[in-house]
Amino acid sequence: MPHWKFTAPLAAIVSGPEALPSREAAAAANAAAIRIDNFNFAPPTLVVAPGTTVTWTNADDSPHTVREKDGKFKSAALDTDDTFSQTFTAPGEYEYFCSIHPRMTGKVVVK
Amino acid sequence: MADHDDKDLSGAANLNRRGLLKCMAWAGTGLLWTVSGGVPRSLGLLGDAVAAEPQANGFTFLQISDSHVGFDKPANPNALGTFQEAIAKVNAMPTQPAFVIHTGDITHLSKDKEFDDAAEAMKALKQKVYTIPGEHDVADADNGKLYLDRYGKGTKGKGWYSFDAGGVHFIALINVFNFEPGFKSAGLAKLGDEQLEWMEKDVKGLSASTPIVVFAHLPLWTVYQEWGWGTEDAPRALGYLKRFGSVTVLNGHIHQIQQKVEGNVSFYTARSTAFPQPAPGTAPAPGPMKVPAEQLHSVIGVRTVNYVRGKSPLAIIESPLGA
Repeated sequence: MPHWKFTAPLAAIVSGPEALPSREAAAAANAAAIRIDNFNFAPPTLVVAPGTTVTWTNADDSPHTVREKDGKFKSAALDTDDTFSQTFTAPGEYEYFCSIHPRMTGKVVVK
Repeated sequence: MADHDDKDLSGAANLNRRGLLKCMAWAGTGLLWTVSGGVPRSLGLLGDAVAAEPQANGFTFLQISDSHVGFDKPANPNALGTFQEAIAKVNAMPTQPAFVIHTGDITHLSKDKEFDDAAEAMKALKQKVYTIPGEHDVADADNGKLYLDRYGKGTKGKGWYSFDAGGVHFIALINVFNFEPGFKSAGLAKLGDEQLEWMEKDVKGLSASTPIVVFAHLPLWTVYQEWGWGTEDAPRALGYLKRFGSVTVLNGHIHQIQQKVEGNVSFYTARSTAFPQPAPGTAPAPGPMKVPAEQLHSVIGVRTVNYVRGKSPLAIIESPLGA
């Protein structure tokens, strides 16, 4: 199961055991970034090694969400400049979309 | 889905195929029209004074939409403020609407505080407020729990319901939970099988002469597929309404007035009380559109609908906040 966490200011919204932040894991892992800009995830496909923490940053005026298509991970609504981080441990392909603008899609490939 | 002789009535005045409905949505002070024997008929452009005339034997209701409480970007630094203004405008109407319908995007980010602020603002309304969620109201990490905890009581499924008022049957549909991600599809909204089955049963016992008003957040016709402004399985819902003489569909989501008549169905989208969005295809993406501050109040507002029994006119009046 992927380990995931929110960065501030979203941490307060999250509940449940999976939401517990793990600074150790994040600090030890590789990091990668996806920018949400003009209703696009950039890059649309990101290839990372297992253990990488991917951070999405919303650069739009509109809020967006990051939701894995089968619900493996999901952010709350990200306002401008809000971020959402997800650490990928298991190899595989993770397709995700914005639940507010479902035409926006992206993929994280872990291998 | 519009594959026969309907006409898109967006923009300036056009006539539908029966030559009866005039669209004057952008003229600002009002669009008043009637439904007689199931046929929509425009009464022409009217100002607030006419709209306020007491309607014997009928009632008015008000549509308010896309308040986006919590939004504070340049397109409108105070969306709560303009929502409160809209509510004050309703309270100042000489003839009070029987009830208010909020067609979604009450909040901007589905935050508790935004729901609190919106609820506080709506407390100033004297009448009952019927709500449905927009996708901005179910963007919390718990898939709409915050909205449903507040507004889901007494509703079916994920918040849908129906009610009768003054001989009109109102159906509140929810199309913000079943988005088809755009991996292989158009990324349009969906009503979903469970809700559609409920709706089929809901209208089954009604006489075909019952006027129907359907409201849902995203348009129930495809306004602009490229921006996901449509509902994939809406044709099935509209199929259940084919036998009715008069069907009016009220939507929000796109923050501008678009109208269309197709057979017995008249579709309307409403302005936002917060900020406008670009017309379909006129920008790289949808989103808040910044207009000069002095113009903002002319592009946001509320909608009043008059229904008079017997003569059966259903009259829709658009009131920009700046009017």
